[in-house]
Amino acid sequence: MSPLKSLTTARLSTGSNQSALILPRAMQTLFVLFLMLSALMLVPDLAWSSEGAIATEAVVEDVVEHEPAPVMGPRDYRQIGSMSSRSFVWVIAQLHLFLAAFVLAVPLFVTVIEWIGVKTGDQRYDDMAHEFMKVSMTAYSLTALFGGTLAFSLFLLYPTFMGYMMEVFGNQVMVYALLFFLESGVLYIYYYSWYALRYGNKKYIHLTLGVLLNGVGTTLLFVANAWATFMMAPSGVDDAGVVTGGIWDIMRGPLWNPLNLHRFVANIAFGGAIVGAYAGYKMLSAHTMAERAHYDWMGYTSNFIAVLAFLPLPFAGYWLMAEIYAYSQQMGITAMGGILAWLFIVQAVLIGTILLAANYYLWNGMSRCAGSSRYTWLIKYIAGTLVVSFLIWVTPHTLILSAKEIAALGGSHHPLLGPFGIMPAKNIAVNLMLIGTFLSFQLYRRSDKVITVPWAGFGNALMVAIYLIAIANVIFLGVYYGYFTNTVYKVGSSVAQVMSTLIVIISGVVIDTMMFKGAKTLPVKWGQISNRGVYALFALPIAFTWLMALMGYVRSSVRTHWHVYTVMKDNSVDNFIPNIGHAGNMMTVATISFLAIVLFIFWVASLGDTKQPKPEKIANPAQ
Amino acid sequence: MTNTATTNKQAHTLQDADFLTPPGKIPVIAKVLSFMVLMVLIFTGIANLLPQVEGQAPRDIKVDLGALTMGSYIAMGETLFKGKGTCTLCHNNLGRAPDILVLNMEDTAAQRLSAEAYKGEAKDSESYFLESMLAPSKYVVPGYGKEGDPSPMPTIDKAPIGLTAVEMGAIIAFLQAKDGGEPTVELPTDTPEIEETASTTAEPAKPAANAEEVLTKNACTACHAVLDSPSTIGPDLKTIGARSSREEIRESIINPAAVIAEGFPPIMPATFADTMMVKELEMVVDYLLASKGDSAKENSLSTETEKKGE
Repeated sequence: MSPLKSLTTARLSTGSNQSALILPRAMQTLFVLFLMLSALMLVPDLAWSSEGAIATEAVVEDVVEHEPAPVMGPRDYRQIGSMSSRSFVWVIAQLHLFLAAFVLAVPLFVTVIEWIGVKTGDQRYDDMAHEFMKVSMTAYSLTALFGGTLAFSLFLLYPTFMGYMMEVFGNQVMVYALLFFLESGVLYIYYYSWYALRYGNKKYIHLTLGVLLNGVGTTLLFVANAWATFMMAPSGVDDAGVVTGGIWDIMRGPLWNPLNLHRFVANIAFGGAIVGAYAGYKMLSAHTMAERAHYDWMGYTSNFIAVLAFLPLPFAGYWLMAEIYAYSQQMGITAMGGILAWLFIVQAVLIGTILLAANYYLWNGMSRCAGSSRYTWLIKYIAGTLVVSFLIWVTPHTLILSAKEIAALGGSHHPLLGPFGIMPAKNIAVNLMLIGTFLSFQLYRRSDKVITVPWAGFGNALMVAIYLIAIANVIFLGVYYGYFTNTVYKVGSSVAQVMSTLIVIISGVVIDTMMFKGAKTLPVKWGQISNRGVYALFALPIAFTWLMALMGYVRSSVRTHWHVYTVMKDNSVDNFIPNIGHAGNMMTVATISFLAIVLFIFWVASLGDTKQPKPEKIANPAQ
Repeated sequence: MTNTATTNKQAHTLQDADFLTPPGKIPVIAKVLSFMVLMVLIFTGIANLLPQVEGQAPRDIKVDLGALTMGSYIAMGETLFKGKGTCTLCHNNLGRAPDILVLNMEDTAAQRLSAEAYKGEAKDSESYFLESMLAPSKYVVPGYGKEGDPSPMPTIDKAPIGLTAVEMGAIIAFLQAKDGGEPTVELPTDTPEIEETASTTAEPAKPAANAEEVLTKNACTACHAVLDSPSTIGPDLKTIGARSSREEIRESIINPAAVIAEGFPPIMPATFADTMMVKELEMVVDYLLASKGDSAKENSLSTETEKKGE
């Protein structure tokens, strides 16, 4: 090594060490702050509860002085002009939640992708993760803007209600504000240090920042969730709404953890779908095949993230709904069997759209590989099954009909379509849609492979047999136990149907993993997917966004005419559950506004990459 | 061989170029936005096609208890049972809780009080009904409870339902009277403020225009072969006029448990005496009496009944 080179190396090395010393200190400070906050969250009784061992007399007096929830009168509500306060807050809150879900979700999978990049040594992952963050950064400031607008709107339009919420949550709201500062700080450091901390051990520092960012972000989410779940199922207060417990008692209501899980998972699916749309947008705008190939790969990854996170969502939703029933059967029935029940037909349409779009994207994606021609003949059968199943799923059970319509129909239920309206038919439909989707995924994975294991024939036959038996089982259980026995067996058979579907998925993954050993890989031509296929990447976030608005509306509406269920009545002019059409229109206003904002974000993100070419001759401004 | 390879390569290159959006066309952002708006409008359209029902909050109304009779007190109880009390949310034919509107509650109360498993303090149907509302877990009907927390039923005098003592009395009067029993609750003398849902305070319901409408409104077609329904859950009503008298038909509607047709389950609701107006009942009886399998006759009578109704 030449002296000059060794000197340069030494300087670089020293520089590196210095920065390594400075950054960990900054990180240590952040980490300690985070730990302190976490500790406060975990043992808040020590900090806030009057029942804690170290509670002072002053705190005890403070608890005694708590007032009951106010009885709301006309003076407790305000309006901006003739605009409905509920409608205004509805749209602003929904936009804030859309953006917040997105900015909290993106760092979650970005950190995972960054980690995959480190483990595989493939820099494309790192570049993709950075690009995802770039999109998220523009959305972050918009989230804060809508959050601020929402807070001002609530304090302006519902001052007494917000006063009560402040009375209940007290200093916890300042913890939220503190966490927000922390989130902003860590986010900016994480994003802007991307290239400064890219290789070697520094990359691990960067990954740690990612973990810290997600820790703070998730804590923020959980803190905010406590406000929503307190309004649905209040805890830590008595029947009159007087605060009786510490902040931990107030936060950990029966619905808090189910909502935490549901929102956490749903945010990932939602975030994945949005960045998928970004990739689709960039792909359609691409001027070179290399650019198109890059965004095709990015779109595929995003779609994979969205669908992967989407699959466990029904289970999280089931837990939330089970806890709602356990807390109040009346509330559960209002959601699932009462006035809000019709919304679940719209939910079926949206989930059906998501599954159809995901399948359509996979089928189109198969054109990237010549090996897919072996399987294309199957697509029409899968498509047929999906469409028929989708139509069965959305067939309503009870129809509100006029006398003439009933006479024309031949009864209150259609003689042929009526049986499709009940749960056994829908269970068959949903399970067949999931099996069909998995088959599409399996065919996609097999498209770029030539299986070489000697038992390939047996493996394929086994897989086909599993599919056929599972499909026959799903249909038989649904038809026999659904239509020819009583309700007890009907419910029990649905579990066996789900098991059949799970067996297909698990055995499919296991058999494929074993069969892919030593398989010959065929080239995948990224970018060679039809533009129509790319539009599936837009269909997913649109359906996700509307679905999120819909389910959020259901969650909020189960409180019926209560601001805080059983504790604080809503006596405003808007204390009724609007009809589905009105609710749908509101969701559409929020969704279209959000999609316009998303396109703005995409455009701004692209603007950062646009460079004006230097003019050959620059005019002299003085002339 | 080389020529073929070259041709394939050219074809491949052309294929690549085909994927790229040519300049000068509609901007991508416009196309994407249009696609998004179109999809959202489809979802909105579906939401607007579904039945449009509003869920009104209960509202306070004053009841003049000075003018209250036992009949109107019972009627108030029924209104509360189906409205503010939200009882029918679970107590219906879906199996979530005993179907109170179908059961004879006086007989049911007597059975429960004499059951070995009953550990409550009630002595008669009035106190049993009150106890069921204020302490639902005192006695849970076998098959309906849940582990740990015996009854999922909320305490009726607490939020979110929050019925007053007068309102609970009205419900007890309704439960005692609905199957022909004599209410034992006393009429209230105070002047409380009670809540009603908007639906219960709306204009009085108008009677149906003809027998077909009554049969449809009361979902008779769900179980019986009548009008165009082929249902076989209950007896065929298309020929009932040939085998039953006017009195028997009327009895079957207002008290279905009196005579159960052989081979059919005893599932017909006993609520039509309460829910069907006298005029409606007579229209249906006339219609069914004329239903002897002769459609021309049925139609002419239906029209005649409709005219009478005018």
